[in-house]
Formats: sequence, C-alpha cells, structure tokens
Amino acid sequence: MMRDWFKSGQPWIWMTASTVSVSLILVFGLILLIAVRGMSHFWPKELVEFSYTERSGQASTLVAEVHDTESVAAERLRDAGFKLTGDQAFYTRMLLKTGNRDIGGQDFRWIVDQRVLQRSRPENLVAIERREWGNFYGYPQSIKEKGQVIVDGEAVALELAKRLSRVLDIYKQIHKVEKGTIGAINYGMERLRLKQRRLELDGDDTAANLQMIEQQRAHYQREYNALQTKLTALYDDTNRDVLIATIANGQVVEIPLAKMVRVYYPNRMSLSEKTGFYIAKVWEFVSDGPREANTEGGVFPAIFGTVMMVLIMSVMVTPFGVVAAVYLREYAKQGVLTRIIRIAVNNLAGVPSIVYGVFGLGFFVYFLGGNIDALFYAEAAPAPTFGTPGILWSSLTLAILTVPVVIVATEEGLSRIPKSIREGSLALGATKAETLWRTVLPMASPAIMTGLILAIARAAGEVAPLMLVGVVKLAPSLPLDTNMPYLHLDRKFMHLGFHIYDVGFQSPNVEAARPLVYATALLLVAVIVVLNLSAIAIRNHLREKYRALEQ
Amino acid sequence: MSDSQLSNNNASLFETLGPELARRRRWRVVKDYIAKYSVGIGGVSVILTIVLIFFYLLYVVLPLFYSASTESVADYPVPANDPGANTRLLALEEQNEIAVRFTADARGVFFQATSGEIINDIALPLPKGVSVTSFARGNGPTDLVAYGLSDGRALLVKHKYTLSYPNDQRLITPSIVYPLGKDAIEVDDYGRPITQLAFRDDEEGTSLVALVGGNELILTHLAKEESLLEDEISFERTVTTIADNLKSVKFMLLDKEQRNLYLADAENNVSHYDISDKQAVELLYRIPVAKSNVRITAMTFLSGELSLLIGTSVGQISQWFVVKDHFNKQKLYQVRSFELGDSAITAIAQEQRRKGFVAADERGDFGFFHTTAERKLLIASVGKAVADIALSPRGNAMLIQDQSGNLHFWKIHNEHPEVSWSSLWSKVWYESYEEPQYVWQSSSASNDFEPKLSLTPLVFGTLKGAFYAMLFAVPLAILGAIYTAYFMAPKMRRMVKPSIETMEALPTVILGFLAGLWFAPYVEDNLPGIFSLLLIMPIGVLLFAYGWQCLPRRIRQLVPDGWFAAILVPVIILIAWFSLSMSHPLELWLFDGDTRRWLSVSMGIDFDQRNALVVGFAMGFAVIPTIFSIAEDAIFSVPKHLSFGSLALGATPWQTLVHVVLLTASPGIFSAVMIGLGRAVGETMIVLMATGNTPVMDFSVFQGMRTLAANIAVEVPESEVDSTHYRVLFLAALVLFLFTFLFNTLAEIVRQRLREKYSSL
Repeated sequence: MMRDWFKSGQPWIWMTASTVSVSLILVFGLILLIAVRGMSHFWPKELVEFSYTERSGQASTLVAEVHDTESVAAERLRDAGFKLTGDQAFYTRMLLKTGNRDIGGQDFRWIVDQRVLQRSRPENLVAIERREWGNFYGYPQSIKEKGQVIVDGEAVALELAKRLSRVLDIYKQIHKVEKGTIGAINYGMERLRLKQRRLELDGDDTAANLQMIEQQRAHYQREYNALQTKLTALYDDTNRDVLIATIANGQVVEIPLAKMVRVYYPNRMSLSEKTGFYIAKVWEFVSDGPREANTEGGVFPAIFGTVMMVLIMSVMVTPFGVVAAVYLREYAKQGVLTRIIRIAVNNLAGVPSIVYGVFGLGFFVYFLGGNIDALFYAEAAPAPTFGTPGILWSSLTLAILTVPVVIVATEEGLSRIPKSIREGSLALGATKAETLWRTVLPMASPAIMTGLILAIARAAGEVAPLMLVGVVKLAPSLPLDTNMPYLHLDRKFMHLGFHIYDVGFQSPNVEAARPLVYATALLLVAVIVVLNLSAIAIRNHLREKYRALEQ
Repeated sequence: MSDSQLSNNNASLFETLGPELARRRRWRVVKDYIAKYSVGIGGVSVILTIVLIFFYLLYVVLPLFYSASTESVADYPVPANDPGANTRLLALEEQNEIAVRFTADARGVFFQATSGEIINDIALPLPKGVSVTSFARGNGPTDLVAYGLSDGRALLVKHKYTLSYPNDQRLITPSIVYPLGKDAIEVDDYGRPITQLAFRDDEEGTSLVALVGGNELILTHLAKEESLLEDEISFERTVTTIADNLKSVKFMLLDKEQRNLYLADAENNVSHYDISDKQAVELLYRIPVAKSNVRITAMTFLSGELSLLIGTSVGQISQWFVVKDHFNKQKLYQVRSFELGDSAITAIAQEQRRKGFVAADERGDFGFFHTTAERKLLIASVGKAVADIALSPRGNAMLIQDQSGNLHFWKIHNEHPEVSWSSLWSKVWYESYEEPQYVWQSSSASNDFEPKLSLTPLVFGTLKGAFYAMLFAVPLAILGAIYTAYFMAPKMRRMVKPSIETMEALPTVILGFLAGLWFAPYVEDNLPGIFSLLLIMPIGVLLFAYGWQCLPRRIRQLVPDGWFAAILVPVIILIAWFSLSMSHPLELWLFDGDTRRWLSVSMGIDFDQRNALVVGFAMGFAVIPTIFSIAEDAIFSVPKHLSFGSLALGATPWQTLVHVVLLTASPGIFSAVMIGLGRAVGETMIVLMATGNTPVMDFSVFQGMRTLAANIAVEVPESEVDSTHYRVLFLAALVLFLFTFLFNTLAEIVRQRLREKYSSL
C-alpha cells in the first residue's frame, strides 16, 4: 500500500503543500512577531525586587523589570564561574532591566534564576523616565523645594505628580521659545548674513544697504536678548524641586524634577491606569521627537520626514510616469523599439536600489546640486546648499526608482480600456487629445492610482539609496516649518526605515533601543501593508469594472 | 463631460457664425498638436532619464581606464650662477611653481619651474676648509637633504615653502632651514671624509649611515631627548660600525622607520641589515638581484619605503620587498618587474602619495608606472639621456634634467593609475603580504597606504549571499507555486496569493533588522535545532501525510481537496516547536553543551554570529514572493486543455504536473528564478545588517561576507568625490546594474516568448 501511495504521487503533493504552509507561517509569524514585540513595549512592566546571590557569593538586592528568560546549559554557566546547586542539565536565566544607568553604568544584566533567594513586588516602587540616563527605579523618600523637605512618606506620590506637571508645563514653554521663537530668530540672522554676503558679491554693499541689514540685525539681537532672559528665568524655575529616593542597595540619590519626563508606580497601577498609560506612551511615540540618541521618546520627525519625502516624490513621479505610459501606449508606433523600451522599463524595477542611490549622489547631489549652488547660492559658499544630500534629492532619486512602477501600472490600465471606447470618441469628432483627456485617462485613473500607491509603498520602505542622498539619524529641524519659504527642500530629514537601521545597529545602547525599533518596524509595516492592500483592492475593483464594460 | 456641457456646446454651435466655428476648430487642432508633442517630449525624456542612469555611471567610471598623458611646458638650461656645479638634487614644491636644485658645491638654488628664472641662490654654511664629498636625500614629504663632508661631518638642510596671500594673490616664499642646527653634525669620530651617505629623520631621532675611509660603514644615531622643563632638545649620540671591509657600495637606502638598511654593490647583490637596535646591527642576508651580465644602475624606495625599485642596464625596473617565509624568516623577493626600453635606467623617482614611479633611461625615454596595478601608463621622451627627475608632491608635474645640462618641465595628467584589470579582478601581491591575494581594503589613515581595490572578494560575497538565499528560497517558492497554481482550491488561492505577494513589499530594512538582532542570536543559540528542523520537517510532513491517508475516508472527506496546505499549518508549527525545543538537549548530548565551541574546537570551523546562514534565510525570505509570484503565474496560465488531455489519458495528477504542466511552464519558472537572483544580488539592507561586512573569501555557511551593494552603502558617503575610490565604487554600482539588467532582460524575453507560445496553444 505504501508503495502504491508513493507511486500515486500523493506524498509529493503533500510536500508541495507543506511549502505553501511554511511560507504562510513565515509571513504571518513575522508580522505577528513584530506586532507583539512592537505593541508590548508600551505596556507598563511590573517592577520586581530580587534578593540575589552574585557570582562572587555576595548577596545583593536588585530592582528591575524582567525583559526576557531563556534556558542555558549548566555547562556554560559553570564555565562562566557560577556555582550551581543541584544537577539539572539546564537552568533558567533572566534578562533584567535594572535602569539607573548613571549609577550602575549598565541598565541591563542577566541573572540566574536559581540564585534568586526571594522576590517581591513592593507597591511603592517608582519608575521614572528621565531626559537622560534612561529609567530610574527606586523608592521615593521625600521632595525638597529649594533644599527644604516639603513632604515625605506616603504623600510624596501625590505631591510628585502635581509638581511634575508644573515642571512639564514650564518645559513646554521653554520648548516653544527655543524651537519656535529663537529658531526663527536664528534663521532670520542667517538669512541676513547671506543677504549681506550676496550684496558684497554683487558689489551692492553700499552704506545704506548695509545699514539696513545692521538695523534688522540689531532688532533680532534685542529680541534674542529678551528671550534669553526669559529662558534663564524659566530654567531656574524648573530647578526648584528635587526628589530624594533610595535605590535597591540603599543608596540615596537626588533627582531634579527638571530631569523627569514621566513618573509611575507600576506595581500599584490598575488595569485601566495601565491602559491609560499605554495610550499615552503610544501617543508619545507617534507625536514626540526622540530622546537620548534615539533610544527613547518618539519618532515623529521620522514619520514626518517619510511622509514629506514620499509626497514630494509622488508629485514628481505621477505626471512623468503617466506621460511616459501614455506616450508608449497611445502615441508611439508599436514596434521593436517600443518593445525594447517596455522591457527596459520593466527591468529597471529590478535594478538594485543602491544603484539608484549612487546615481542620485553622483548626478543629483554633486553634479546638479553643485551647479545650482555655483549659480544661485554663491553667497553661502563654501557651505553647500543644494550640493549636499537633502530631501529634494532623495525624493527625486526615489521618483526615478519608482517611475517604472507607475509606467507599468498605467500602461496596464490603458491596455485594458476597450478599443471601442476610443473609437467611439474619435467617431464623434473629438481629437485624439480630447479623447485621451476626457475618456481614456479618467477610465485609467484607478490604474494610475494603483501604480502610485505601489510606488509610494516601495518608496516608503526603501532605505539603501536614502542613506546616500539625504537621510540623517537626527535632523535638527523639519523640512517644513513656519520660516519663509516654509518648505526647505535642501534640508536633510529623518526616515522611519533608516531610523530602524540606525537605532538597531548604530546605537550605543542596542538593548535599550530594541523595543523601540520593533515599534518603529511595526509602524512601517502597518503603513506599507495598508498601502499594498489598498492597491490590490483598487486593482480588483478595476478589473471588475472593465469586465462589465467589455461585455 | 456632462450633458449640460454638451448642450451648451450645441447651443453655441448654432449661435456662432462660420468664422467663429473655424477658429474654434483650428484651436482644437492646435491643442491636439500641443498635446501630441508634449506627450512625446515628456515620454521620451522620461525614457532618456532612465537611460541616463547607465550613461552617467559609465561617465564616472571611464576615467579609471584612461592612460596618463604629459605635455612639455618649458625647456631651459640649468639655472645657475656658476654653471660648472653638478646638480645633486632637483625638487618641486606642492604648487608646481618653484623648483630647487642642490648642487655639488653646496648651494641651494630656487628657481621658477616654468621659466628657470632664479629666485634665490643660497650658499649653505659649510665649515671652513671643508668640501662636499657626498650627498643624500631624505624621504619625500619632509624635504630634507644632507651633505656628507670631507671632515666626517654631515649637514642637514631642509627646503621649505611658505604660502601667503597678499592682495588675494598666492605667493610662495622659498627658504632653507636647518632642523638640526646650522652646525654640521659629527658622524665619524675619526673625521674621515664621508664618501657615501644615507639618512632618515623623524620625531624620535636621526640615523645616518656613512661610508668612511673607503670601506668602513658606520651608523650614527642621534636620539632626541626632550627635557620637560626646558624647550631645548638634546641628543644622545651613538656610533656603531656596521661593516669594516666593504668592497664596493653603489647604493645605500635607509627606510623611514630607521630599521632597515639596504646596500647594493657592484656585484649586483643587495645586503639587508637590521638596524633597529642601534648598537647591534645585524646583516640578515645578501642576495643577488640581477643577472651577472647586467648592472644595477638605479635604486630607490617606493613611497612608504617598504619596496625597493631597482633599475638595471637593460631597461628593466623591478620591485622587491621583504616577505616572511614559512620559517618566519625575512627575505627580499622580486615581486614584479617593468620594462621601459633596452637602455640603462638612469633615474627613478617615486610618487609621494601613490605607489607609482617614473623611470628614465640613457636614451631620454621616460615612463610612468604603477606597481600595484602593474600598469605602464605612459612612455615619452625628452630626447637626451636623463640625469635626474623631480616629481612634484602631487604627482602632476615633473622636472627632468638631461645629461647635457638642460631642464625640461612637464605637466602630467595621471589621475587613476591604481586601477587596472588585474588590480580589480586578479590576485595581487601587496606590500608586506606573504603571497598574492584578493583583498578589498580601500582606505586608511596613512598617506603611504597601498589601496587594495580588488572587487573579487566583493563579487564573491555577493554571489555567496545570493547562493544561500536561493538555496532557501527556490525550493520553497517553486514548490509553493506549484501547489498554489495546480492543486490548491480556488477559494484558498485567492487568499494565499495576495498574502505572499504582500510579503514582497515588506521593507528589507525590517527583515535585516530582525535577521541581525533577533534571528542571528537565536540561530547561534539553537544551532542544532535549526539543522534538525531542516531534517525533521520533510520526514514529519510525509509521516503525517501517510497517516492522513490511512484515516477512514469519512474523516478525510471533511477536508476538501486543495486545502492540504491549511491542515498542514498546525502540523508544521508542531514539528518546528518540537525540533527547536530539542535544540538544547541535542546540544548537550552531541556537542558538549556548546555547539559554537564544538564547531571551532572539533571541526576547526569558525563561527560568526552574523553569517551566511542568517543571510540566506533572511534574503531568501525576501525573494520568495518574487519567485513565487512569477512562477505561480507561469504555471497557472498553462492552458487547461493540456492537463485535461493528460488526465483523460489516465495520467495521475502528479504525472500530469511533472510531464505536462511543469515542462510547459519551465521557461516561466526559469525567468522567475532569474528575477529572484537579480533581487538577491542587489539586496543591500539585509546584507548590511545581517552580516559582519568583512570582505573574506570563504564559502563557509558560518562565515559572513561583504557584498557589492553593502560595500557601496558603507563606503560611498565617505569617499572623496572623483577620487579613485569613488570611481571604483561607481564601477561596483555599474557592475551590479549590468548584472541585474542582463538577468532581468533574459528573464523578460523568456517570459514574453512563453506568453506567445501559450496564446498560440
């Protein structure tokens, strides 16, 4: 029977079926992995106090979040110098986030489960997110205002929350002044400098002109000085309160409230509090800028940069892609040449993206940008304006990278439109252009949309070429702001994909950054999957529509 | 356009008169023309832009392969106030404006390089009653020269150029300075005349090797001692006799590390002394460097002073450097040689910033060469036997003195001598390497660095990565495509296909990040599990299938045909879970609890955490959807009547598939694989993140690699525009472009043929 079964070919069919299953498991497993890891990061983790016997035999107390557990062969642990009781083949070890990087030097460590003597979850353990040095974990003791103890004991929690919200309010003001007003003044000053240099280059640096510039500069300077005094006052104000807390080993530390971002008591939080916390964290992630070398905070500038770059790219790629497709399908003589062109265009979609990056860097940045600088931005020399990687060149490079996608999709759409429609329009006396504009293109518009969405999906996920033509790990300002001329095409920008690469691989503290990378990856995957699914939906809808027409 | 618009049109049509109508029609025709031409121009320009990519890459790459060229700028008699004195050294400064000649009667004469007009003629301060008996030049960038004197002393001088910009005009002021003081240094304790001299000077001290008394070679070393309190520098002087019965010394070269001394004698032998210990000099060996019927006529260092360039009386220049042999003994090897002509080589000048040199001969011919690239870049002639050559520090101008007392000033265009077919693709014997190798090492902090620009390890890495990716992806994708297209229920197919195709759009940066930060450590930890998974999976699936077959028909019919893939999902998850949880026990049982150590100790296999296995999985994952989608299309569009015919004749579905469907679809499957390969070859982010990016040539699955694409991404932002390195990276991009373009075109043509065949069936 076994033999017959093999002869029938059934086993091989099962084998081929298994490959499909494996592929499906891979796809969904991957998305699930990213989703679980990306979303769980924001959930507040409980803080555990461990009594632990160190490798040296000393007893110690640790306060930490448990991040991971795994089993290790006893052999390896013994090699590493652990004395283990019992003769198990495997022992569990845990990855702890102990925080307090400023005190301990490291905020992650592994401990062996077996050597934990006791564990507890004290309710008054506090977790504090800080502006630098990562999280703080410990027991709050008291709050000092200008060196005087104001409250201690149980009342600290309430008072701390109250005073922190005050400091955060002040911080918001400071941020507004620094980024907004002072930013604008600096920008204005820089423009004045360039204007003066321009006048000198043109030989128009007359006393009157120079005096006008000087006046404006003095005006800016006055404004700046006023703001500076205000800032100093605000900063002084934030430094009023200090929290006194003890850490696991009993050491007493002072944390100024000015250094705090968020305070919470994870072991005390109810489910609804945790949910609220989760939502706040997710909101911070998508709406805030990064902190601490991108390992904390949000990814708003990266989202903004990605969207901005993709938008500029779409504006360029759509008309050109459509025109090229219309030319190939409607105007060019169909022959060997158009066939070759079609093959070439198809193949360009398969050319490695890094090649486009190299082309963009050489041609756009150094050649075009260099010449633009020489012609129009001589006053800024030797600092390059367009002769350096920036968002414009990134968008252009990606436009070239994705133009084959738009061409192919549009052509497909055009070829699906029945000939009878064109002929009908022509027979009624419309010119070719009118036929095209009023009947063919509107009918092909869903196909164009599909092409555009696919192009956007591809552009949003592409990182390699951007690394050469304009992406940076931390951009000081967004490419769009309230300073004239609002849209700054010469600026560098941040990008979600590059953010993943940079934080995951170039970050000094990979362990701490990892959850954030998962979250960023999830965001990017979500955007791209949604874009692709919508493209597929549009395509299917389109097919249905023309099937009806052809009948 | 709406109905109201139409009626409007009609109304106006009736109301307007003839001319108005004609004008309107003309305008419509004009609009049509405008549309036609603007679409034409737009379309053609987009297509041209695409073509531009190729030509721009080519435009950047081409200068790499240009030969050098020179042009004669000026010829003039040797500028001198006393024409009798011989030139001992010619040198050009950085900007090629001013040249200097040091003469045998101890004068330093600065003159305009283009005209020979003397700017400054400085007599060096020789002690009274002492004459010049020898001369030596220092290493390039320091611009030092030394005169050996008849009283056993030596005078070190330096020619120096200061730049200033009065009235926005560049002004170069030459001067002579005395780094060790204006007084001559005592070299020989007995005051014998120095007949040959070699020296080197650096921050730590100065070494002078002098031939005195006809056959005694001494080494005088001045070690600098800076006292902390005073600014003054004092010297500790030691004198050692190297040899005291030398027969003849034709050339002496001392390297800049002040460790090695090379002597060439009249019998064509080179003796190599180790002088790193200034008090105990050792003769390492003495070997012949030329046949007995030729003579050594010139000898100098290549920049970096690791290689000797030896010119002979028959027009040959050979490069020699010290290599350690199997017994760890040093020995000079002739690495390569160049031919200028058949006359004796009279002068060799090395480039200061590259591994190139100029050699000239008795006939007046001179040639530019590059050692690493083994390139003869240019041969030209000044017409008369050449006495001396000075190459400017930037290597873009030179001054030649012929033996009849004329100077020739030449401009040189020699931008990229480092690149040749052999330096890019063949094994090259680099300085201080034991044997010829393929190496990519493009930059270093030092100026003397020999760039190693072999693309071979990068291409090797690219193909290695692609190979492992295809090894994983091809079976999965094609078998999956077969099942999906041929056996799967249509309802399931409608769900499966888009989900696998969505995977194609997954940004590779995410795959790379997961591969590098999650999968690589996981694999390292669960190596036995991963391999047992590959083994257990097929067996497990077959066992389950057989078990399924043995189930009663009633239960089997619960799952319709074509849903096998769905019921297999939990089975496969179970198998995977089982073999991965077996990993640690297996490791303990077979590999002493640590597979990684076991591999390196018992098998001698090195294990990188980020290795080809991880890349193979991750990149395979990225190409599966590409291959799957195209192959599935090809199989699915095989005309149904072919398979129906086969089935009707009694063939089983599997037989029909193998002998009819796959055969017909094979060109399509082939093109799917080609396109997948193209994608794997050009993938950047995954390789960048999931390998160690070391350009090793090792096919081991446990080692990393560096691919062309990753290399470009890493190095382009840091390379200087239009430098050789920059252009070589563009060449790498061009290679990638052509490679993928070729594969894709091939695949596309195959696919189009197939489509035509189907439509005719």
